[in-house]
Formats: sequence, C-alpha cells, structure tokens
Amino acid sequence: MKIKINGEVKSFDQELSLVELVEELGLNPQHLVVELNRSVVQRQDFGSVKLKDEDLLELIEFVAGG
Amino acid sequence: MRIYVNEEKVLWQGEALCGSVRNHYKPDADIVICNGAPVPESFPVNENDHVVLIKRGEVPSQDEMAALMRARNPEYFQPALCGAVVAVAGAGGLGSAVAVALARSFVSKIIVADFDIVEPSNLNRQQYFTDQIGMPKVEALKANLARINPYMEVVAVNKRITDENVVEIFHDADIVAECFDTASAKAMLTENVLLRMSCPLVAVSGVAGHADVENIICRRVGSRMLLIGDGSSAAEPGRGLTAAKVGVAANMQACKIIELLVEKYCENKDQW
Repeated sequence: MKIKINGEVKSFDQELSLVELVEELGLNPQHLVVELNRSVVQRQDFGSVKLKDEDLLELIEFVAGG
Repeated sequence: MRIYVNEEKVLWQGEALCGSVRNHYKPDADIVICNGAPVPESFPVNENDHVVLIKRGEVPSQDEMAALMRARNPEYFQPALCGAVVAVAGAGGLGSAVAVALARSFVSKIIVADFDIVEPSNLNRQQYFTDQIGMPKVEALKANLARINPYMEVVAVNKRITDENVVEIFHDADIVAECFDTASAKAMLTENVLLRMSCPLVAVSGVAGHADVENIICRRVGSRMLLIGDGSSAAEPGRGLTAAKVGVAANMQACKIIELLVEKYCENKDQW
C-alpha cells in the first residue's frame, strides 16, 4: 500500500497499524501528534488504527527545548 | 476634521500639519508621532489620524499613560488586540518572552500556566531576575509584566497542564501559544488543543543551540496550527538553550499570534 506521509508517498509491503508505522520510522509516540486524513488521532488509539492504501498522514514530531 | 490627539478624539480646524496640532495641544512636546511613526512638524495630518505628543522625560498622567505607551504600535493594534485573550502554556524561555512581547503590544489578557519555580539556570534565557529565584514562575512573570504594562490582565495558573485540566484552564483563549520544554508536554498540549478546542495553536520545535538561527522557520500544519523552529535541534547534553536563539523563536511566535489576531479583526471573523 502507498501512504502519503508529510507530503511524501511511501510504499509498504504489508498492512500496518499506526503504532507499527511509528515504530518502523523510529519515532517516539509520546513526542508525536498524528493527523490521519486531516483528523487528529488520539495517542491511545495509535495501536488500534489500521492504515489503508492512499491514506494521508501528517506526523508532527516535537523535540525538546523552550 | 476629526483626529485623535493622545488617543482623545478632537475636532481639528487648524492648519493640516502635525506641527500645528502640536503647537495647539502641547507646545512643549518634542516628539510628534503620527500613526505609529515619528514625523517632522511639516508632516500633513489627515482625517482619523492618530497624533501622539510627548515631552521627552515627562512621566505622563494616568489618563494619558496607555495612549503614549502604545504610540509606536500600528494604530490597528488597538482594535485588533483589545479584548484578545492569549493562552501561554509554559513560562520558560519561550513563554516568558512571548508574554513580554504580547504585553508591549497591548494584548488585553493572557492566561499563563506553569508549575515550576525560577532557578538560577533559567536566567541565561528567561525573562526573570536574580532576586526572583525560588518564586513560582507565573507569579514572577505576572509581577514583571505588571511593571511593563499594568493595563494587561494576567491570569497566573501555578499548575502543571495535563490532559485533564488543559481545556478548563485555557477555554476562553482566542489563541494558544505552546511554550513547553519537553517533547512529550508539547505533543500532549498540541493533541488536546487540536482535538478539544477550536482556536489556533502556535507551537515550537527545534530551537536549541546557538548557531544556524536562520533555519528557524514557521510552517503551517493542518488547518489551524503553526509550527516554529528548525524541527530537529533538540535540547540535549552538548546543545543547550540560549537567550538569543530561543528569543528569536519566542518573538516569531508572538509575531504570528498578533498577525492571526489582526487578520481575524480585519476580516471581521467571529470564528477562526
């Protein structure tokens, strides 16, 4: 399946949940805000959300400092 | 013509020059400001202009103080920012500087929340003083802001912001400024504002270190969030936080907040 992540199309061989994708990309879910098809996904739902072909994903990653 | 002299509306029937207005209302004024910029005596005055007359070194009366303090702000700041409520989540390097810029811009009210106290290691970049070490940050900031602009209302919330209390604390805000330090707190606030509030959010990520300040940019994320920073410079051992660089991000944050409020006013929007 193909998913557009932050404007860039990426291909994946198998089905993925959101939390699996986050792991595969090496991101810390606690530092992320995720918009899936323009709706914010609550962090507690990362495990249950299955990604589909042509999903539009915005991963907003925060780093420390302020 | 109708003009404003030190923010008081008057009917001006004399010569249409700023110098003539000065000679009539305050002949000893040596600073003449028209619509936000200092002008010479020969500068023309037009209908609805805001003329401010200042005698250098003179402390204005309480009646005139706010008008004279605001004189160099663009004249549309007054209607656009009057009544505006800005939530400042965190009173550290970002939040304390954002609050100072908003105070000087005459935003009507801020709600500032932080659970921390002023520590010596904060003073390399945060807007506090050595004699405030040990004070709750929100109390110290409120005191400092009162000295800068006593006309801004400051609601100081000495609490940690959590999933449970964020909406309750910030519910009447027109805009939220994310000014936290840790990545997880930034993500928690952002998720809550986007999911459970309807106002815009201006957040920050990637401002550590001292170099490459030109990489700090502002980008739009989704429909009502702006994200400022280089996106990657995390605060970590070997890469601290510095006054100049954090200050750039904080003032960019304040700039965008004001820009959004002015835009809302100019477009006469009830909602975002």
